[in-house]
Amino acid sequence: MKRQWDIFIAFFRVGMLGFGGGPASIPLVRKEAVDKYKWMDEEEFIDVLAISNTLPGPIATKMAGYIGYRVSGWLGMINALVASVLPTVIMVIILLRTLSEVREFDWVKGMTSAVVAVVGMMMAVLTWQFLYKAGKGLGWLTAIIMLAVIFVLLNYLHIHPGIVIGALLLIALILPVKKEEKEGEHR
Amino acid sequence: MILWDIFVAFFIPGILGYGGGPASISLVENEVVGNYGWMSVQEFGEVLAFANSLPGPIATKMAGYIGYELGGVLGSFVGVFATVAPSLILMILLGGFLLKYKKSARVHRLTVFVQPVIAVLLGVIAWNFWTEAYVSIGLLQTVIIVLVSFYLIEIKQVHPAFVIAGAMLYGGFFL
Repeated sequence: MKRQWDIFIAFFRVGMLGFGGGPASIPLVRKEAVDKYKWMDEEEFIDVLAISNTLPGPIATKMAGYIGYRVSGWLGMINALVASVLPTVIMVIILLRTLSEVREFDWVKGMTSAVVAVVGMMMAVLTWQFLYKAGKGLGWLTAIIMLAVIFVLLNYLHIHPGIVIGALLLIALILPVKKEEKEGEHR
Repeated sequence: MILWDIFVAFFIPGILGYGGGPASISLVENEVVGNYGWMSVQEFGEVLAFANSLPGPIATKMAGYIGYELGGVLGSFVGVFATVAPSLILMILLGGFLLKYKKSARVHRLTVFVQPVIAVLLGVIAWNFWTEAYVSIGLLQTVIIVLVSFYLIEIKQVHPAFVIAGAMLYGGFFL
C-alpha cells in the first residue's frame, strides 16, 4: 500500500508541476524515480528515456506507465498513469466547460480569436522544429522533396497520414543502412 | 458507436505519432477536426491553448478532454487509454529488446522518416489557426498577436500560460 501511495504521489507531483507539457516533466520524473524514491539508477533512467524516444506517442506518460510497471506491476502502471493524467484532465474539462457557457458573449469571441492566433504561432514554431530535425536527419534536399510530395499526398490527394507514415516506416526498416551510419553512430 | 470512434481517433496518433506529444497532437487534429468533424478548427485551437496553459502532458490532456466531451467519463477514459496504451504495452513487452537496438541506425531512422509528415501536418494546423484568426479579427491584429507572442514565448521565454492569459485579456477588451 505504501508503495502504491509513493507511486501516486510521485507522479501526481510530476503531473501538477510539469508546466510546459511532456518535455518539461521528464526532469521531474527523474527527480522522483532516481533521486527521491531510488526506484532506478541514473543509467536505467536514461535507458527508459531512450526506449520511450524510439516508440510513438507522448513520452512523459509512457515513462510514467513504464516506471509504475517496473516498480509494482500492472497496478503500479495504472496508478502512475492516473496520477499523472487525471488531475489535469479534470482541470481542462472544468475550464473549457466554463468557457463554452459564456461563449455567446462578444468579448469571449475576441478572447478566443486572440488565443487561436497565439497557438497558431506555437504550432508554427513546432513545425519549424520538425522541419529542422528532418533537414538535419535526411539532408535538406531529400527533406524538401519529401515535404513537397507529402504535402500533395495529404492535402490534395487526401490520403490518410496514417498510410503515409506506415509506408515511410516500412521504407525506413527495409532500406539498407549505409556503412558509416551503422550501429552506434546515432544516438 | 462513439466509444469505438474515440478509440480509433486516438489510437492512430498513439501508434503513429513518432516524435512525442507534438507529433500525436498533429495526428489528433487530423482525426478530430478533419476525419470525424467533431470540432471546428477554432474549438480545437481553444482546447490546445488551455491544454498548453495547464501543467502535465499535453496530448493526454487533450485526449481526456475531447473524449469527455464526446462520451462522458467513459469516453475520456477511452481517449486517454487509446493514446497511451499501445506504445506503453509495446514498451513493457519489448523493453529489453528495444534497449539492445536503441543505438541502431534503423531504429533511429524510424523517427527521422516520420518527421516530414509531422512537419506538414503541424504546418497546416498553424495555417488553419491563423486563417481562423484572420477571418474573425483581421490581418493586422493577427500579425501583431503572432509577433508579440513569438517574441514573448520564444525569445523572452515567458511561459505560454501567461502569454495565452494575456492574449485573452487583450482579445476580451480590444477585439
